[in-house]
Amino acid sequence: MDQNIPQVIQTVPLQYYVFFATALFSIGVLGVLTRRNAIIIFMCVELMLNAVNVLLTAFSAYRSDPNGQVFVFFIMAVAAAEVAVGLAIIVMIYRNLQNTDVNLLNRLKF
Amino acid sequence: MQETVIPAAGAPYPTLLYVLIPLLPFLGFLINGLLNKRISGTVAGLIGSATVLGSFAISVFLFLNFQYQYTVTLFDWISVGSMQIPFSYQIDQLSLLMLLLVTGVGFLIHVYSIGYMHHDENVGKFFSFLNLFVFSMLVLVLGANFVILFIGWEGVGLCSYLLIGFWNKNTNYNNAAKKAFIINRVGDLGFLLGIFLIYLTFDSVQYAEVFQKASTMQIGTGVITAITLLLFVGATGKSAQLPLYTWLPDAMAGPTPVSALIHAATMVTAGIYMILRANVLFTLAPDTLEVIAIIGAATALFAATIGLAQNDIKKVLAYSTVSQLGYMFLALGVMGYSTSLFHVLTHAFFKALMFLGAGSVIHAMSNEQDLRRMGGLRKALPITFITFFIGCLAIAGIPPFSGFFSKDEILLHAYQHSKVLYAVGLFTAFLTAFYMFRLLFLAFFGEFRGTEEQKHHLHESPASMTLPLIILAVLAAVGGFLNAPLVLGRGYLSDYLAPLFTYSQRLNPAAFNVEVDHATEYLLIGLSVGAGVLGIAFAYVQYVSRGVRPAEDASQRGFLENLVYHKYYIDELYNTLFVRPVMGLSRGLFRYVENGIIDPIVTSFGRLTMGGGQLLRYVQTGSVETYLILMVVGIVLVMALNFVKF
Repeated sequence: MDQNIPQVIQTVPLQYYVFFATALFSIGVLGVLTRRNAIIIFMCVELMLNAVNVLLTAFSAYRSDPNGQVFVFFIMAVAAAEVAVGLAIIVMIYRNLQNTDVNLLNRLKF
Repeated sequence: MQETVIPAAGAPYPTLLYVLIPLLPFLGFLINGLLNKRISGTVAGLIGSATVLGSFAISVFLFLNFQYQYTVTLFDWISVGSMQIPFSYQIDQLSLLMLLLVTGVGFLIHVYSIGYMHHDENVGKFFSFLNLFVFSMLVLVLGANFVILFIGWEGVGLCSYLLIGFWNKNTNYNNAAKKAFIINRVGDLGFLLGIFLIYLTFDSVQYAEVFQKASTMQIGTGVITAITLLLFVGATGKSAQLPLYTWLPDAMAGPTPVSALIHAATMVTAGIYMILRANVLFTLAPDTLEVIAIIGAATALFAATIGLAQNDIKKVLAYSTVSQLGYMFLALGVMGYSTSLFHVLTHAFFKALMFLGAGSVIHAMSNEQDLRRMGGLRKALPITFITFFIGCLAIAGIPPFSGFFSKDEILLHAYQHSKVLYAVGLFTAFLTAFYMFRLLFLAFFGEFRGTEEQKHHLHESPASMTLPLIILAVLAAVGGFLNAPLVLGRGYLSDYLAPLFTYSQRLNPAAFNVEVDHATEYLLIGLSVGAGVLGIAFAYVQYVSRGVRPAEDASQRGFLENLVYHKYYIDELYNTLFVRPVMGLSRGLFRYVENGIIDPIVTSFGRLTMGGGQLLRYVQTGSVETYLILMVVGIVLVMALNFVKF
């Protein structure tokens, strides 16, 4: 093990982070695919993003490379902006349809 | 003798002076073209005439102050790698004479047109085209290299197309214009190839350089023969020789002053001019000269026989032009270079005169051109009659009118070269006198055969039309003294032109020796005058004493008469040989290749795109779930592919 890695992180092996992130990502995917409520889908997308964030942080720490953590900040910032826009859209949809079921939003098809 | 090599000394006058010669008519073209409908016909005519008069004045000034040959470079035009083609003018004896001819006769035709086109609705357009025609011809004549010559060459081709089809509401006239244009293209292909070959051989297209290099070559080399033959193909197109002559009679569709301009001063002389210009090359190729002489003589005879049976007053003159051009080529072919130019000049005088005279007749007859409907016009149109009579005497070769001198000189050269060519020329002279006086007698003698209305309407033309006629008649009468025959002392013209032929003379001195003993010369003069008088006498007996009238279209004819009347069916032959197969091929290609192969290929690409779009639009379900599934499948695929890669 690298001497630069803090002790506290070394107590948990890297594989655990990978398994955890994978599980989190899979839950996110499952949620996006099965739920119809737009807000829940949004939250599941957040889960997926966070799974990636966890992985990035973990690898970054284990490799003593701060680049990964910088990326995490970027992802958070972008996700926050996206959520702000996305939620605004969902609010407008709710106002018009009294519902947030994504299956009702198929009016733009061919 | 003066050396042909251009002296190092530049042009003695400012460049602007030379630029103005072609520029003035071009300005006239722009003004008349742009203000077409906004100015009256007379104003347009005055502008058109004034610009040509300006060019004429400059030409006269240059002619009177001419001392040595020189070129004027306006600007470097094409310079690519080693190829240098400057835009330059050449001022020498030949270009000066041609300038005088084009602007002088052109000016008279312009003045005449003011009266002739008075009633037309597009006078502005007419004068604009006419000026452009003169401009193109001036560029052709002035150019100091073959490429500028070619610009003018194409320019007159375009203008002839525009003017022949001037009355473009008539489909036949349009067809005549197209015919002139297309047949000229055939010749132009030869001319262009000739220029390319000149550049390949001499590495230059500048006259001075090409001729200097050529003057050191051997006589009869293959490459020179090829060049000259190709150039001659171009000349047959422009100057209406066999087999490319058929456009010229059809060119009668244009207004009569245009016919006069094309036939007398501009377009058809271009071929002669070009060969004269390149006389060194032609001297080097005796085989080509032989071809030229034979084609010239054949054309002269052939067209003259057709002229015997035409009933349209302008068609007779048209075939007469083809025939006279044949004479000029005959002269070129037997190396009577200056003689050929002499005939160009005299022919320009009397042919312009006769065309304008015919125009005057047509004007008076309210657009009737059929000789069978005329007769007895000499009382109603005295000035037209007298001037036309002078023109006929000139072309028939009656001394001392101009045509006699030039034709006699041609026949003399032909006689020295070959007795057969001489005989053909002499017989043609007889035919010429006959058909011209047939025309004269039918139109101006006997009783009037038109309608009462036409008879009532008969009038002499206005002064703007008769004045050019009178001037041209004077020129046609005395123009021959430019170059009197040898027995009367050598002529002015051939001495003046001699420097142009220095190289040719050095290469082939024998051909320039035209000394014959006086007895022979008198005999030849007697024969040619006799042929002319005989022709006139025949015509007089036939059409005045016996009062024969040409048969109506529907009547029966003998075999020969029918053949001549239908112009040997040459047009029909060309139609069957070239026009029909090409049209058939085009139609077949259109139906089977265009419609059957190319169109389906192109449309099938369109269909494919549309069908693909049709299919892909089902992907746009609007259901968010589908999109998400696709997204996930995409992610999985990307990952899977990544694993496969490693």
